[in-house]
Amino acid sequence: MDLGINVFEMVIYLVGFIAFAAANAAYLVWVERKGAAHIQRRTGPKEVGPYGLLQPLADGAKLMSKQFIIPAGVDRPLFILAPILTMVPAIMIFVTIPFSETILARDFNIGLLMILAFASVNVLALLMGGWASRNKYAVISAARVVSQNIAYEIPMLIIVITIVLISGSMNLTEIVAGQAGGILHWNLLPTNGNFLGPITFIIFFICSLAETNRAPFDLGEAESELIAGFHTEYSSMGFGLFFMGEYANIVIAAALTTILFLGGWYSPLPESIPYAGASSVVWFLVKMYLLIWLVVLIRWTYPRVTLWSLLNLSWKILIPFSLFNLLASAGLVKLLG
Amino acid sequence: MSSQPLSQNQERFELNLGPQHPATHGVLRVKLLMDGEYIVDAEPVLGYIHRMHELMGENRSWAQYLPNMGRLDYLSALSYNLGYVELVEKMAGIEVPERAEYIRVITTEMNRISSHLLWFGAFVLDLGGFTPLLYAFDDREQILDLLEAVTGSRLTYCYYLFGGCYNDVEDDFLSGCLAFVKRLRTRLPMYHNLVTKNVILRQRLEGVGPVSAEMCRKYGATGPVLRGSGINYDLRKNEPYSIYPELDFDVPVYPEGDSMARFMVRMDEMEQCLRIIEQAIAKIPEGPVMAEKVPKMIKPAAGDYYHAVEAARGTFAIRAVSDGANQAYRMKLRSPTFSNLSLFQEASRGMLLADGLAFMGSLDLVIPEIDR
Amino acid sequence: MAGYFTNILGGAKSLVVGLSITQRQFFKKPITLQYPWESLEMTPRYRGHIQLIKNAESGTHQCISCGMCEKSCPSDCITIKGEKQEGVKGKVLVKYELDFTKCSLCGQCIANCKPGAIEFSREYNLASTRKEDFHYDLLKRLKEQK
Ligand code: SF4
Ligand code: SF4
Repeated sequence: MDLGINVFEMVIYLVGFIAFAAANAAYLVWVERKGAAHIQRRTGPKEVGPYGLLQPLADGAKLMSKQFIIPAGVDRPLFILAPILTMVPAIMIFVTIPFSETILARDFNIGLLMILAFASVNVLALLMGGWASRNKYAVISAARVVSQNIAYEIPMLIIVITIVLISGSMNLTEIVAGQAGGILHWNLLPTNGNFLGPITFIIFFICSLAETNRAPFDLGEAESELIAGFHTEYSSMGFGLFFMGEYANIVIAAALTTILFLGGWYSPLPESIPYAGASSVVWFLVKMYLLIWLVVLIRWTYPRVTLWSLLNLSWKILIPFSLFNLLASAGLVKLLG
Repeated sequence: MSSQPLSQNQERFELNLGPQHPATHGVLRVKLLMDGEYIVDAEPVLGYIHRMHELMGENRSWAQYLPNMGRLDYLSALSYNLGYVELVEKMAGIEVPERAEYIRVITTEMNRISSHLLWFGAFVLDLGGFTPLLYAFDDREQILDLLEAVTGSRLTYCYYLFGGCYNDVEDDFLSGCLAFVKRLRTRLPMYHNLVTKNVILRQRLEGVGPVSAEMCRKYGATGPVLRGSGINYDLRKNEPYSIYPELDFDVPVYPEGDSMARFMVRMDEMEQCLRIIEQAIAKIPEGPVMAEKVPKMIKPAAGDYYHAVEAARGTFAIRAVSDGANQAYRMKLRSPTFSNLSLFQEASRGMLLADGLAFMGSLDLVIPEIDR
Repeated sequence: MAGYFTNILGGAKSLVVGLSITQRQFFKKPITLQYPWESLEMTPRYRGHIQLIKNAESGTHQCISCGMCEKSCPSDCITIKGEKQEGVKGKVLVKYELDFTKCSLCGQCIANCKPGAIEFSREYNLASTRKEDFHYDLLKRLKEQK
């Protein structure tokens, strides 16, 4: 391929994905606020633009016009770096996510590995932010975030290994391609070799909630205990970036779940059915946004878990189940082989 | 878990919880000595909202002290109103017409439900669940609307007068109350499904913050805290006042002593309140709502008087010493959550921070009442 | 071991029930009132600041300047002044000032007013940056009332 075209394409994709990530982050805030409001029988934002659709822009303008306060005695470089470090890896990850057969910036052989690697940088950013803030609540929060993420990376990785075992590749496009041909071929169901099927999907989903620090695993920012956790001392866009980073990570988690379990851009119906059976980016987005809605709904339904029950859940339930599933699926793959 | 031995060699640090902190719901400050996430010691620091209510009682006439009652426990103001007017009626020997007694009980119980609903929402909020708060507010709003139509205020009521009530109630109010009883009966199962049965909530509450009956006695804890520790003590039954002896209701008691027990006591109490309201509305007689002869200047005979009522959070008692003048010589208010908070220091040792805050929420603190 | 699995199942069920409740509430209509656009009518007994009652026939108030309201007020918010005037029986009210910043809306003044000359108003949209704005001259207010 000609190098010139390649670079041009890259730039287009990069700009496109940054825009996509930012728009998603902004509008997920709107979805969350509107959703929470209606769950609670309120109306939510409705004054700025029709249905409050311009609210994210107003919020952004407000955040940007505020002063970025750096409290006395904080670790300046880390304090400034932390919010940037939550946002950058999130955008990097978007590069590897295939939204359909054609909408894909870079087809990596080890795309899955790269996503997981970059996703863990987020924890580092939160730790840095909490540590640099010189606030006891923020430090407690940072410690919580780290132990929580370590505990949940294990079952998550075990399940990812299972999926890799089934599809025989770390390339996201190939993982999706292995699920072509309707819902029966998705990794969601044992028919494709994933022994515990839906249970692994739930485990992965729980882990991604914990990894993105979403309720009920939002121990890091538990507002009734730690005020705002690691971002207590952040104002202006420093806070804004943490906030956007959180939503960007949710989008990534939902996209990854869609790719690994829900057959990516493939329709749940067999391909022989016209229109509804065709694979397209629409299916991908539908699945992804349904998952995101579930994430929002969960946040507004459950109380927060404590650190111990969170670790108990991981070590006593999720890890045994996922380990068992790894072994059983290995056998099943051999059988189906 | 929470009884794990605290390591000695790790560095301990102090953490100031409040006076501005989302979980204290007011200006309470708790000085925490922490070992990691464990609470080594917790010392509540009071006084941020002290308004000298007791002294105010000593330099104004009996009637002028009435509005102060709504400002103590602003969430169940009517119980406090009731306690005070009953005390003065006892002192001055004023007879209250029966209809007024019924109105008092109905409105007080409505107020008790609204207080418990608010606690329920705020407590779940402490645990990180936001939505139940707004559902509870939806129901509470109905109560406030009903009470506003009668008392003219929504929060700091000043509705009872010596010898009766400020005004009569209409049939609209009574039928509105009955409609509310019906409504809440359908809502409570929803709350139980959404909150009580939720596995995360159960994990956070069951076995957390055990308070023994012994500890309750030691610190004088009353109300749902005491009843959640297995002691059946409710002034409405034990030292009956007003028309409570004529009404049939149960006192919910849970022996476990943990946060879940306190939670359940309050949830069940709401159901009992509904029963009381229903019966009182069925029995309410016609007649005047003010006693015929209430002296303009109340001058009780010199002496030492005491009266206690069961407020939403426990025993609210007033001791007033009169020297025969139009105002009290000494006024002492005994508020329930002051005692309930006192046991926090002992009970919270060795708890996780998150559990400690859940425990604090289960005590149902109202700060202006602790700091009178 | 059986307990382990029933615990997980029971827990999972409670979580699903919770989600279904919130999802159902999501589809219901909001119950909030959109305040600046709509507002509630205050109930007849709503306690706003006090005001003199205008008698429809005489077009004036019924205060006899007895001063009971002033005396009974726990917060000393009422200041009245009555004057003897030629040809009029009793005293004539010349000043009725209310300092609403201190009023606790207790109703003592109204309960103690023999002729029933004062009542609670239904004003609730009160806001100002100066506390003097809440020092009302009730006689002036009475005149301005239709
Ligand atoms: S108590 Fe009534 S009549 Fe007497 S001065 Fe006050 S308003 Fe006038
Ligand atoms: S309502 Fe109470 S505080 Fe207000 S003016 Fe009347 S007596 Fe005074």
